[in-house]
Parts: sequence; C-alpha cells; structure tokens
Amino acid sequence: MGAEGHRHEHRGGEEPEVKHDAHDPCTEELGSRVYSLDLAAIRERLAKSTGKEYWRSLEELSGNPHFEELLHREFPRQASEWDESVDRRDFLKLMAASLALAGLSGCGRKPEETIVPYVNQPAGMTPGKPQYYATAMPLGADAIGLLVESHEGRPTKIEGNPDHPGSLGATNAFAQASILGLYDPDRSQVLTYLGEIRAWSSFLESAVATAPMLKATGGAGLRILTGSVTSPTLAAQLRALLAQYPQAKWHQWETAGSDGAREGGKLAFGRYVNTVYRPAKANVIVSLDSDFLGSGPGHVRYAKEFFRRRKLSGEHAEMSRLYVLEPTPSVTGAVADHSIPMKASDVGLFARALAAKLGLGGSASVPAEREKLLEAAAADLQKHRGASFVIAGEYQPAEVHALAHAINQALLNAAAGGTVYYTEPVEMQPVNHLESLRELCADMDAGRVDTLLILGGNPVYDAPHDLDFVSKLKKARLSFHLSQYFDETSEYCQWHIPEAHYLESWSDVRAFDGTASVVQPLIAPLYQGKTAHDVIGAFSDKPGLSSYERVRNTWVGGHTEKDWRKWLHDGVIGGTAFAPMAITSKWNPASLLPAKPAPADQLEFIFRPDPSVYDGRFANNGWLQELPKPVSKLTWDNAALVSPKTAEKLGLTHRAAWTGGEHGQILSDVVDVDLAGSKVTAAAWTLPGQADGVVTLPLGYGRSKSGQTGTNKGFNAYVVRASTGIWCATGGTLRKTGLEYPLACTQYHHNMEGRELVRSASLDEYKHNPNFAHKGAEEPPKELTLYKEFAYPGYAWGMAIDLASCNGCNACVVACVSENNIAIVGKDQVMRGREMHWIRIDRYYEGSLDSPETFFQPVPCQQCENAPCEQVCPVGATLHSAEGLNDMVYNRCVGTRYCSNNCPYKVRRFNFLRFQDWETPALKLMRNPEVTVRSRGVMEKCTYCVQRINNARIEVEKENRPIRDGEIVTACEAACPAEAIVFGNANDPKSRVAKLKAQQRNYTILAELNARPRTTYLAAVRNPNPELEKPGTPPGDKR
Amino acid sequence: MSSANSVPPFRRVAPVLEPGHTYASVTEKISSIVLSRPAGTGWYLAFTLAFGLVMMLGMALAYLIAKGTGIWGINIPVGWGFAIVNFVWWIGIGHAGTLISAILLLLNQKWRTSINRFAEAMTIFAVMCAGIFPLIHTGRPWLAYYMLPYPSTMGVWPQFRSPLIWDVFAVSTYFTVSLLFWFVGLIPDLATLRDRAHSRLAQQLYGILAMGWRGSARHWHRYQSAYLLLAGLATPLVVSVHTVVSFDFAIAIVPGWHTTIFPPYFVAGAIYSGFAMVLTLAIPLRKIYGLEDFITMRHLENMAKVMLATGLIVAYGYAMEFFMSYYGGSKFETFLAHNRLTGPYWPFYWALILCNLVVPQLLWFHKVRVHVPTLFLLSLVVNVGMWLERFVIVVISLHRDFMPSAWGMYAPTFWDWATYIGTLGMFLALLLLFVRALPVISIAEMRELVAHTSEEQK
Repeated sequence: MGAEGHRHEHRGGEEPEVKHDAHDPCTEELGSRVYSLDLAAIRERLAKSTGKEYWRSLEELSGNPHFEELLHREFPRQASEWDESVDRRDFLKLMAASLALAGLSGCGRKPEETIVPYVNQPAGMTPGKPQYYATAMPLGADAIGLLVESHEGRPTKIEGNPDHPGSLGATNAFAQASILGLYDPDRSQVLTYLGEIRAWSSFLESAVATAPMLKATGGAGLRILTGSVTSPTLAAQLRALLAQYPQAKWHQWETAGSDGAREGGKLAFGRYVNTVYRPAKANVIVSLDSDFLGSGPGHVRYAKEFFRRRKLSGEHAEMSRLYVLEPTPSVTGAVADHSIPMKASDVGLFARALAAKLGLGGSASVPAEREKLLEAAAADLQKHRGASFVIAGEYQPAEVHALAHAINQALLNAAAGGTVYYTEPVEMQPVNHLESLRELCADMDAGRVDTLLILGGNPVYDAPHDLDFVSKLKKARLSFHLSQYFDETSEYCQWHIPEAHYLESWSDVRAFDGTASVVQPLIAPLYQGKTAHDVIGAFSDKPGLSSYERVRNTWVGGHTEKDWRKWLHDGVIGGTAFAPMAITSKWNPASLLPAKPAPADQLEFIFRPDPSVYDGRFANNGWLQELPKPVSKLTWDNAALVSPKTAEKLGLTHRAAWTGGEHGQILSDVVDVDLAGSKVTAAAWTLPGQADGVVTLPLGYGRSKSGQTGTNKGFNAYVVRASTGIWCATGGTLRKTGLEYPLACTQYHHNMEGRELVRSASLDEYKHNPNFAHKGAEEPPKELTLYKEFAYPGYAWGMAIDLASCNGCNACVVACVSENNIAIVGKDQVMRGREMHWIRIDRYYEGSLDSPETFFQPVPCQQCENAPCEQVCPVGATLHSAEGLNDMVYNRCVGTRYCSNNCPYKVRRFNFLRFQDWETPALKLMRNPEVTVRSRGVMEKCTYCVQRINNARIEVEKENRPIRDGEIVTACEAACPAEAIVFGNANDPKSRVAKLKAQQRNYTILAELNARPRTTYLAAVRNPNPELEKPGTPPGDKR
Repeated sequence: MSSANSVPPFRRVAPVLEPGHTYASVTEKISSIVLSRPAGTGWYLAFTLAFGLVMMLGMALAYLIAKGTGIWGINIPVGWGFAIVNFVWWIGIGHAGTLISAILLLLNQKWRTSINRFAEAMTIFAVMCAGIFPLIHTGRPWLAYYMLPYPSTMGVWPQFRSPLIWDVFAVSTYFTVSLLFWFVGLIPDLATLRDRAHSRLAQQLYGILAMGWRGSARHWHRYQSAYLLLAGLATPLVVSVHTVVSFDFAIAIVPGWHTTIFPPYFVAGAIYSGFAMVLTLAIPLRKIYGLEDFITMRHLENMAKVMLATGLIVAYGYAMEFFMSYYGGSKFETFLAHNRLTGPYWPFYWALILCNLVVPQLLWFHKVRVHVPTLFLLSLVVNVGMWLERFVIVVISLHRDFMPSAWGMYAPTFWDWATYIGTLGMFLALLLLFVRALPVISIAEMRELVAHTSEEQK
C-alpha cells in the first residue's frame, strides 16, 4: 500500500465541500484506508485527459490497463495486507469499499473535474447521510442561491442558502420544483441533427466547420439568441466571440422579462440601471402593479424583508403599509393593506396623478372614486419621506417605471441609506428584448442569417405571434437549439443539443443585487446535457475548455485556491454585490404626453407569466402543474381570468360538477378570445379582486411539444400576444362559445361560512384589543374528553403559523412535496378531489366580491393532542407519539379512511390508486431516501417532517444534549420566504414557537371541537390607512 | 287457494293458516316445492339474471382489487360512499329475519311461523351481502385480518376504541348466531326432506344435514330447548348489531353523525327496512308457489303494521335530528340540517322524506294493508327510502363538514353501481337457490299450527 494511499487530503480543490459539516472519526478512518486502492493514477489520467468531457461508466474507464487490472484482481494491492492483518474490522472496511466500487457505475454521475466517487470517499461523507452543496438557480434576469441536499451523489432536496442575499435561506416554488426538472425523464436525452441521433463530436465538427466561413465574413451571418444573460462567464464568452466575429450579433429574448423596467430606467436616468428595494426600511410602499413579493428579481429577499418589517409581538406593534394597485390579483395584492383592482393602463394614470400630487409636475386626473385613495397614498408617502417607496410592476410600461423612479427620488427614498438604490444592471448586456428579437426576425427574413444559435429559450412558442418567428427561422441556413426539452423550437432547428440542468452544470450567475454565485453541479449530466458555455465554446477559438475551466478562469484571476473553495462552499462570491450608484433622474414627468383613461367599455387583455409554469419552461413539471395557483387555486390549466362584474356582463359562469364538486371539478364556460388578429379558445374563470373589464391571459400553457406532463394543457396565450401588446392589449373581443370545460380547482368555496377559521383585525383594532382573536370564541376545557390525557414530559412539537405573514406563495407546498416524496395524481384525479398535498393553502375572501380582502391559511396536519383520527382507526395505524405527533404507520394501515372522515381539518390524504411512479428509474433517484414511498390503499399526511426530527435526535444523542430551538426546521418552514411558519418544542418556553403561541393573537382553528391541535395560527393583522375605509367592509371588528 | 277467494275481503282478522289443512297437506305442499315441482322457466330466467349479476359483482371486485378503491367515486372529503351506504342498508335488511324468528318466538306470536324461515334466510343472505362491503372498501383488503385480535408475533392488536372493531365483532357474531338459529330450525324439516326425497343423492345430502334426526320425543325436547336458547341469544343481537353499526357514525365527530339518537333510530330503521324486504319477497313468493294459505293476509297485515310502527319511530328520529341541530346551537349541526334541505343533494333528502315518511302513512288504512299490490309497491318504496337514508347520512354529512375549503362532492361511478347491483344479484341468486333447495316455510312448525288451528276449530 503506497504512502499516498494514507494521505487524507481534499482532492481536486474544486470539489464541493460539505456545507453542514459532519465529520465523523469512523468516516475518516474508513476514508483513509479506502484510498489505498490505487485509483490515484486513474484519477490523474482523468484529470489530464481533455478530449472527453465526462466519463460515464466503468466500461469507459476500463480502457485503462490499470483499471482493468483493478477489476480483474479481486483484491488488488490489498492482497498482501490480508495476510498480515486479517481481522473483522478490516474485512468490513474492504467490503464497504467493494460495495462502493460495485455502485460505481450507478453513482458515477459526478463531474470529472472533482470526484472519483466512493472509491475515494469524499471528506466528511458518510454513506446514508446527506451532504449539502451550494449552488444557484438562474431564472430570467435573477438567481436564487441554494443549498442542495445530496444523498450519495443524488441531489434530492433544495433549500435556500442563508448566505445568499436573494434567498436568506428561503426559496420559492420554482426552485423547490427544479429538482423534479432535473430528473424529468421527458428531458431531451440525445443530440440530434435533422431528427437523427448524433454524437457531440459530430456537432463539434459541424461547429468547427463553420469557422472558415465565419472568419471570411467576419461572422456576418452568425446570430446568437439567448434569454437574459446574468452569467459573467457566458457574457465574456459571447463578447469574445463577437470580438472574433465583429459582424455577428447577439440577440436576447426573455419572454417574461421586463423591457418596461429596463427602458424605464433608461428614460429616468439616461442609462440602464438595476433597482434594488429595501422593504425592511420602508414604512409605506405603493406598488404600481408590482408583484414584488411573489415574482420578479429578488422577490424572495423582498418578501423576507417585507414580512420581517411587519412581524408583531406583544410590545412591538408597528407595521409598514402596502398599497397595491393591480389589474389581476397577485400574492402581493393579497397581503396588501389596500389592494385596489385597477386596469393595467389606468395604473399609469394613477402614477402620473401621484407624481403630480407629490409636486413632481405633470398633471393627470383619476376617477372620482380613486381621488380619496390618491390623496391618502400621497399623504402617506409624504409623511414617510425617505422611508417609503413606489415600485412599478415588471409588466408596466417604461413611463410607469420612470415615474416610480422620479417619485422615489423626489421623496428622498433613493438617497444614501434609503429604501431604494440603483446599481449597474444585473443583466450582462441589457437591451430592449422586443427590439432585439424584432431585429433578429428582420435579419432572418432578409436572409442575412446564416448560422443561428438559440441558447435556451423557446422562441417558436413564446415569441410575439405577429413576428412570425417560425417562418423566419426556416430561412436561417443552419440553426442550432440548445434546450432541455425537444420542444417547439427544436422542431424547427436542424441541430438540437440537450441542455444540462443547472444542477448538472458549471456556470455562474448574478442575483438581483449583483451578487455573483458559482453554479456548481450536483451530479454529472443525466442525459448528456451540455451547457451554453460548451456550445458557445465550440464556435470560439478555444473549443477544448470545459465549462468548469471557463467559470473558474473567470473568477480565480488574482485569487487563491482557498478563495475559490470558499465561494463554492458559501455559494456566494464575496464582495460581488454591486455598490449603489449615485445617479439622479433628470427626467421630468411633465414631459410625458397627456394620456387618456382606458375606455370603460373596451376589454383590456393582459398577459402574465403563470404562477405555476412561469413562461412555459416549467410546463412539464408535474409538481408545479399540480400546484394550486395561489389565488385561483386552479391546477393543470390556465384560464382567462375575469372579474365577477365582467363575467356577469359577458354571461360567463362556472359551476361545480357532481364529480369532485367544489373540491375538484368545476365546469367553466369556454370563450373565444379574438385579439390582435389572432384567436384562441380558453376556459374562463371568474376571480374576485380582478379589475373590471380586464381579461388576464396567463402565459405558459398550451404547449404543443413538451413532455408527457406538459403537452396540451390549458390554452396558449402566446397565440394572441402580439409585439404591439406584449403585456397589455386592447381592441380584442371575448365571446362565449356555449361550451363547457372541466377545470381542476382545489378550492372553489370562497366563504368561511361564519366559521372564523381565519381571524383578522386592523392594526388599530389590534392595538385596542390584542386579544381580538379570542373574542366570543368557544374554547372548551381540557377535561372534556373520555380518554386519558397524554403527558408530554419531553419535547412537545408544535407549530405556529402567522397569518399576517402568509402570502400564499406556495413554496411550502412544493417543499413538502419534495421532502416527503408526495405523488402527483394528474388532472383527472384532482378533479375527483384526490390531490395529495400534505400542506394546502386555503384562500378565503372577506368583503365585497369586486375588491375583497384575501387571506391565505396554510393547513398542514394539525397534530391534535386529542386527535379524532387516532380514536377511530381500527388497526392502530395512526398513533400518538410521546412527543405529541400523530404518527402514521403506513405498513399497518388497511385504508378504511375512517380517520380522514373524522378529521375536522381534512388534512389526510389517501392513495386511492397507485399514484406513485414506481417504474421510472430517474424518479427513483429523486426521492428522499428517508421517507417511505407510499403505495396504494394507504392513508398519509403531514408528519411535521418526522425524519428531520429523528435526525436531530440522533445528532444530539451523540452529543448528549437536548435538541436546541431551531435545530429542526420542517421543509415548509425552511422554504417560507415570509417566515410565517415556525416549528419547535412548545414545552420549552424560550423556543420561538412557544413565544408565538404565547401571543394573544394565537388561536386554534375549530377550537370548539376540543381536538387541541399543536398547529396554531396567529391572527392576521393588516394596517389599512384609517382615512380609507375599505368599500364593502363593515366597520368594527371583522373577525 | 279456492278457500282464500271465498272469504270476505274485509274480514278483520285473517287466520295465520287457512282452514282445511292437515299434517299431510302441509308437508306435501311445502316439500313439493323442493322435491317434486320442476323449476320452471321463470325460475331459470330469474336465476340467469341473478347469476349474471353475480358475475358482474365478481368483475367489479376483481377490478377493485387490481386497481384500488380509486375506481369508485370516493374522495377527500367523502371517504365513504356507496360501500358503506350499501353495508348499512344490507345489515338493516338483515334485521327482520332474526327479529321475526327470535323476538316473535319469545313473544309467542304464532303468525311468525310461516314467514320466519325465509326471513331468516333473507337475513343470512343480506348479512353476506353486507359483509362484502366493509372488507372490500378498505384500501388494502388483503390486510383485513389486521382487524382481528389474532396472536401476532409483533404483539400488535386491533385498536379497540374504534367502532369499526366493534363492528367486526357485532356483525360476525350476528351472522354466526343467525346462521346457527336458522340451521337448528331447519333440522326437523331436513329430516322430512330426507325421508321424502326420491333421489339417492338428495337423500344423502339431506340426511347428512339432518344430523340423524329421528323425531323422537327426546329429540323434540332438546330441539325445543336449543331453539329457545338460541332465540334468547339472538334477541339482544338484533338490537346490538345495528346499534354498533350506528356507532360507526355516532362516535365520529362529523356533524350529522355525532348524535346520541342514532342507536335506537338505526335499529328502528333496520326493522323498518327488514320488514319491507320480507314483504317484497313474501308477496311474489306466496303468489308463485301458491302459499296463500300459509302466508295469509294476517301475515301481510301484521308486517304492514310493524312497518308503520317502526316507520313512525324513524320519523321521530328525523324530527329529533332536526330539533337537536337547531336546539343544540352548534353552527356545524345547524348548517348540516340546512344543507340537507337545500344543499346540492336536496333531491335525495326530499326523496327520502317522501319514501320513508309520507308514502308509508298510507298504511294507516286497512284497505291499503290488505291490498297486496299496493303493499308490494309500498315495501319497495320503503326499501328505496331506507337506502336513501343511508346515502344521506354518509354522503351529505361528509361532503360539507367543518372546513369550507375542503368541501367537495361525491358521485358514484360505474363501478360503484356495478358492485351494488352485483350484491342485489347475489342476494337474489342465493334466494332462488334457497327456494329450490330448502323448505321456504317451516314444515314442522306449520304442522304444530295445524294442530292449534284444528283445536281452535273444534
């Protein structure tokens, strides 16, 4: 055994480090011995080889004589050791090594640059224990920093990275669901040329073959189309390529991107800027159709800050105030203190009037009924100069953004240390995307495009229909499409290159405030995916470099290896956040041309990325498809959203079907939308809180070429989206067809039926009576039960959910699905009322139908102390644990469903059929190995993430100490950007959860049943402007 | 039969046995149905239909086991649907037999004699139909033995606080005792059949089943004691079994289930539906096999009276449910009452009221009670009404309980119907076989009745 074998070192410094350090002496010993298998040479060979990118299997490696020898000899090198010291321990260690070797081909999906798996056991790795690696998920012009849980090389769960400014430990539904995107068996798995399978090398040949021609013309025929690029490395590559071929052009088209924000900044400041908000410092926020808590750059961070600013405890009773003007209800509007439905085009008028009111010049009038609101909002903003901000929505035109900038400047909000600051743009090359795409189309049409590289994106599907991208694309002589799916665009391109998922790629990305992160892979590409770096690299003068080398080269210059390792470990490249820029707007709102209010009789059509499938890129993600949309609670479909009044006017209705009914199948009227010279047929959906006369057409559905999950779901709103009305269009008609379409809606019933499930008060009422949540509530004495009380001498796990903080963003729901291996059931089963989510978010309205207050209430298992479910189970499959959990014993469950019938909270979920996919191999890799995969006929429900509780218990028993508060974080709690969910030991008065439960706002739903849930709620408190009495809301206590 | 036609139609009290019968004529008449009369085309047609339905049941169950309970319309919130509705309905029907045999025997009601045998058979078949449902409605029926207190190596026991476990015991005990009672009652008749059978096989089969009955005085003595003891044993079971079934609901906290009136109300409802089913069966039976002399107007009228009485108890139950839901002041109960009357399932509730409450009031009239076709129709109406009652209790209570966000609807699927109609077919098939294989009326007891009637006539 060579001396080298005993060396315990970090191999290949680029190896991702363990985030949550779990050094174990046994592991170290085992690790050092296992090294004695002389694989170092092989590793060196691998490190030196540059021809191939990754080795995928044992066979590939076995070409090496050393490795063959290793395979053919049963115990290479160790044979001598056997004779000398054969004992049981050594035997076991060696066996472990052999087993690891046996698993080599199966678990070998790790990047070549870093790891030879298992044989060289990574430091700190204990088989069976997860490791966490930091990475970042790019989405549009933003990125969120993540920690990814990895079990034996398989990423299984996404968590937020507390060190990343865009996450602060929280995530959103898209990030949570991206783990399914990684393993999606429908992802494109092969590189094709005209539909025939080709090798990567033949693509390389083809790319290299273009070089002489490109060189000759200076790249005149070369066009590159990307989405928003926030990767410094990719941008550097593109710039280098453009420098090499000066005639080539780089176009960008991000269909859900915000040209308004970009151009608005340019209008106000004369240059592209990036705006960063600080909701933590703001007392008053006016959102001009901005969903800054639910979507757009930095929204997770903003939600964290916003809700932290609004946390109430006994002594602290101050909240910021949020006004939201929006045409269609968003999660931001749902938690606003004043949410005002307003046509998208009227928002601009309101902004002008607000600017005028604040003395910025210009003039605009608002309708009489908005006068009061305008007065109040302006006064509030004035009062909180420097501690307020106005934020314009991503889908509002440039002038609204410019107005918001002007107002923020005038109110000194953008002063140093204020609530808003400006930085260099996060996008590496900000351009007007629509113009950029238009230019590309014109060039293609004119035959000026010889070679087209489409890196990601799906323009055939999502480009404005009037640009007629398809017919123009056909004129390009040679087209390449890099994409995760063989989609609509791939069909029209000669070359299709499967794109690596971000969890399989080396890259880098900047977040909303400029902070850069290295995107590091958790696994080698499952389906031979390539990155944009690879594809651009193939056309560059340095085709041989790997993505890893390119990313590393971007950053390591001037830094040490240690710095690089720290960046990978932290998930953040320190000091890369952009510094605030000192710029002032010289733009005068008075320079705007006068505008007229939108004609009341004309329908306004607005487009919005769907809250579940975004712009269509997540269409094949079942977790997101089945996720009830925050406000409408629709799944698996989009629908044309209209207000109740508009629906009445157009005669649109929907009704609950017999099958599934209110909790499942809703039959909705079908409408023909005729807009911008194009037509689409859609299901209509009436949404309280929608502005009258506005039809929302959610994007991202109606995919004709997605995977099994995403194809032909909903209607394709892009069909009627023209370049003249990217986000808002008028002049269209909506006609009832007389047909009905079944929609899968998980909660059709809006009304609480007087049951006080959600309790709320205004801040004034709360100050006046902090105990308002208990007024008139029936709370029976504990003794009123037939059975003996349980004693909880140790831990008593409990949860408190602050309804003042929940904005219904759904991150917790997807986090729960991912953590607990929850099956998706499909539209048909959702329509039968059989969706499996362990935590659901109930949405209730209060007040008028046209402008209601919206409340969200996450409902996981309530873990009752006096649980109705436990008493009726005939076989004892649901039992009370010593710590107060209602444990489910899956293998004991016979499936009588009695427990579910007797559960007043209806949180139990039954496997009516075999909902889990037991066959698809990729999905097996995805599952959390610590949670049973349930089969049919078994009841299941939220367990408070009991696997996490038990992991913590094992850890603390080793250290002989009690579990500390915050040591166990449930999946839903971890994901929540609003910190609305807090879990802990209710027996410990110092724990966060006990403190919350001690608050007067704390209440139990259905307390009169004496089930005594461990999950309790903190009543919602909103901070409406006392000068504005909400129409339709009776004054006084509104519990 | 001719004598029945000659009696005036408005006679106040019809006899329990038409006059003119001797031991021989009774024996001949009843045993001939089994031993000498050919089955006839009607029987074959009926049996073909019934057997077809049994096959359908088999298919529905096989598909159920293969796919899971998801083939039915159940969901969250309505976790129980047709399976439990049908279970309770069948158990209810299975009440009349034992009630007639045991309780009326103890009360010395002579008129029970000619209807007890097939009423008991009906009970056993109904309980068999009922027993299918709790077994198959579980998600994993192959693990149903978890509900039994068997000596498991894991030391795991059923959860005795659950009414479903009580059900297991109540229903299985009831079935066992009912079967024993029926069989013991059959022994002298089996001996008669053994003695009168012509074919060797029939002689042997009846001989084995007759257990060596020779009709000695000692036999009769022991037989009478055993029969009485079993009757005594069965009597509390009649009350207990449906009481326990009602606990499935009453123990739960679901509004509409959590009611203390459920036990008596369920028992009354069970007797109500049981007698309705006995009438449904007796009327065609006496017509087809010419048993009008044995199952006389007296029987029909008495059964109609029992139906009227139990129907009124059930009506009282409905009224009390409503009263308590308002008087109790629980908003959930109040809502439930309202939802029954006006919610999406209102037609079911009003149909139930019509079938169980309104139409049976016709039974106050003697003319109706002795008008056989009307009585037959009424019995069908009550059978439907009692099924609707169970549907209302199970589905309407569950579909809108505490959390409005979880409210939903239930609609049966093809497989729900196939299973239900399949059990109807199984019930019919078993009855048809019973009619052909065993004496539908107790010969021994009828002979006793002959003795009594002839004494009365003297």
